[in-house]
Amino acid sequence: MPVEGYAVNWAAVVIAAAVGVAGMGAMLLGSFLLAPRRPSEAKAIAYESGIKPTPLAWTQFTVRYYIFAILFLIFDVEAVFLFPWALVFLDTAAYVFYAMIMFIGILLFGVAYAWRKGVLEWR
Amino acid sequence: MNVTLSDTITLSVQLFALFNVAALAAVSLVWLERRFLGRLQGRPGPNRVGPLGLLQPIADAIKLMSKEDVAPGSSQRLLFYAAPILVFVPAFVVWLTFPLARDVVVRNMDMGLFFFVAISVLSIVGLVLAGWSSNSKYAILGGFRAAAQLVSYEIPIITMILIIGMLSDSLDFVKVVDAQATIPFIAVVPLAFVIFLIAGLAEVGRTPFDIYFAESEVVGGPFVEYSGAHWAIFFLAEYVNTFVIGILGALLFLGGWRWPFGADLPQVASVALLMGKAYFIVLIIFWIRGTYPRMRIDQLMAMAWKWLIPLSFVLFLAAAFQLKFEWPWWVLTILSLVILVVPVIVQSRKQRNPALELAARYAANAIVVQAKPRPAPAVEDAPVVTPAAEGTSV
Repeated sequence: MPVEGYAVNWAAVVIAAAVGVAGMGAMLLGSFLLAPRRPSEAKAIAYESGIKPTPLAWTQFTVRYYIFAILFLIFDVEAVFLFPWALVFLDTAAYVFYAMIMFIGILLFGVAYAWRKGVLEWR
Repeated sequence: MNVTLSDTITLSVQLFALFNVAALAAVSLVWLERRFLGRLQGRPGPNRVGPLGLLQPIADAIKLMSKEDVAPGSSQRLLFYAAPILVFVPAFVVWLTFPLARDVVVRNMDMGLFFFVAISVLSIVGLVLAGWSSNSKYAILGGFRAAAQLVSYEIPIITMILIIGMLSDSLDFVKVVDAQATIPFIAVVPLAFVIFLIAGLAEVGRTPFDIYFAESEVVGGPFVEYSGAHWAIFFLAEYVNTFVIGILGALLFLGGWRWPFGADLPQVASVALLMGKAYFIVLIIFWIRGTYPRMRIDQLMAMAWKWLIPLSFVLFLAAAFQLKFEWPWWVLTILSLVILVVPVIVQSRKQRNPALELAARYAANAIVVQAKPRPAPAVEDAPVVTPAAEGTSV
């Protein structure tokens, strides 16, 4: 495909994002015109079931979120390899097919290992 | 590099029209969901504003816009106000590559499926940002949960889209639909549709998977501090996303505008057929919402990592082998149905909970006792029920 095609496609993406932002901007403008503004100290307090909140909510959190994020990263990188492969594996040499099967096998083994280690349990 | 001014203007007009289509679809879903849920729960649903309550979403929009827009004093203002837009914009941008009929598309991309995957993930950033910048404990917990849930369910969705790409030998939506002229992919890979629907529900946070903004736990999660128009943007994005899952399901699995007629219909009929299929999937989503209780976060993550991801990769391998060795297509159907039976069997075995069985037996006894009281104990192995069985009280 010529370069022009890609440029036009991505111009469309940029314009679509701009239209989306503009649409939301129109809504926010409508709200700006319609909505009352009566700020008070009580309204500016973050909601915490009626209790006065601590100044900062950015506290420690469980490490499990990190572990799942790392597991996701592995699969997401794999998807980057899989997309081109999925389109060409029928037309190329047989080893291309078996190499990817082995790769997926290794990743599935990784999930099995994480499962065995108890990483997938949310305790 | 050949983008002229007239191109830009045409595109802008097309995209503005598309924006209205998306917004209208979302608004129609708000009405449909409330009416349908009302019907499921044996009540009329909204029926005061306009005929059949059709104008209710518009009344809602006006109400939300005329609400005061409050932000907590301790929030990070710039990110706090940017987050709703960051959630909405990816939900809208993916529409530009959806063909609603053969030529009714803003930009048909060679790699449309990949484009969808790449763009739709971005809204996770907006949700996490909303949670973080609110500087509220509920919001940040909801943001973490959103990140964990959405990234986990992203993998099965990507794999299912990839399987469709392999089966139709293209990542182009039009070619995907053309590949389904006679047999829709739901018949070829039923399991893929099931996984797609479950993971899609989780991606848009519909009810069995709405743990990240669960009212009873994190009181709205990332949205807890938002009000007025900013909250309305999140709301709109959720419904736009729901409809995206509907359209995507119709294009990838139900044969888009071609199946069951094979040949192309006239353009208007094509769009109507596709929309009908999309609304059908959306109705299934609402039906699930009206039926199932919310899942706990451990069940949620276990479902993604112990069921959907292994199953989707097994299905992926099955599809790869079917294509490589040119087995007939129904081999894949049989394989995927067999794989579909495995979780059903395992889960039904797991659910044999002794406490539940005892409770069920008590319930059964109570009904029997009320129907015909007997002097002797009705059941020997359930002594607790004996006084009830003698007819004193139930």
